[in-house]
Amino acid sequence: MTAGARITIASALACLAGPVHAAGDPRAGEAIYERCGACHSLSQDRAGPRHCGLLGRRAGSVPGFDYSVAMKRSGIVWSRATLDRFLANPAATVPGTSMGYAGVKDGKERADLLAYLESAGRSKECR
Amino acid sequence: MSFFDLARIDDPVAARRAFLGKSGLLLSGTAVALLSGRDVLAANTKGGTESDVRILNTALAAELEAIAAYQVGAESGLLQKPVLELAVTFQGHHKEHADVLAKTVSKLGGSPVVAKAKYTFPTEKLKSQADVLRFAASLEKGAVSAYLGAVPVFGDRELAKAAASILGDEAMHWAILRNAVGEAPVPSAFVS
Repeated sequence: MTAGARITIASALACLAGPVHAAGDPRAGEAIYERCGACHSLSQDRAGPRHCGLLGRRAGSVPGFDYSVAMKRSGIVWSRATLDRFLANPAATVPGTSMGYAGVKDGKERADLLAYLESAGRSKECR
Repeated sequence: MSFFDLARIDDPVAARRAFLGKSGLLLSGTAVALLSGRDVLAANTKGGTESDVRILNTALAAELEAIAAYQVGAESGLLQKPVLELAVTFQGHHKEHADVLAKTVSKLGGSPVVAKAKYTFPTEKLKSQADVLRFAASLEKGAVSAYLGAVPVFGDRELAKAAASILGDEAMHWAILRNAVGEAPVPSAFVS
């Protein structure tokens, strides 16, 4: 992927992401997060990378984790907006991602999940 | 040709040819695209196979971790018969899943991921048989969701069917583990 393409993806994520549902309920999001439990955890790299420190992190940047080339080159910085778009359709957002998952299609569920990830990022497990 | 048949073919070239020749809608599309000289569409379907290999490898990585997790449980000294035997049986299923996933990745021209040298599990939280079973149930639930999320994104529908077959097995594990700790084995009509 060229630098231009990376900028395009990152810009598209920033500009075209649909309206992120406002607050979200972290407790509901914790239940939704259980769906991620085969591959992800907060503090450990598993089949997928850890989620502590996710918000504000550059995609593909957890040291030692074996990311897809596509993710490393995506140019994405994870925010509520970029995560909302990625979680809605991972493969369409980052073609070539290893996350072979159709996505969380319901906007309210994504908002809850993001609220949980934000909250969990401040938890004892992530400190 | 099923996913399982594909995994049983020893010759990678023959397996790839068989996959490319007999695997349903996606490959029919490939053949049509090649015959009509539509290189872009043909390239897209090749990309579809590469995508399928990535999905299979992600599933394989999770299966390998599940095998390791059941090993930790089996060696914890916390599981009593017949629960121990059940855990070993479930671990055997995960080994079978991993085996067929790895063989399929190879047959499709990919490199199957291998087990990590070391996995980190929350062993400090596992103090009783029930703790181990709840931990295993959480992994199985995650596996059900992961396969459910993978089924729609496989380019090849035979692979989707195979993933659904594994999903069914993981769902049974999850239900039995929930039942073993006194929770409703089937908490809802749908999984997500």
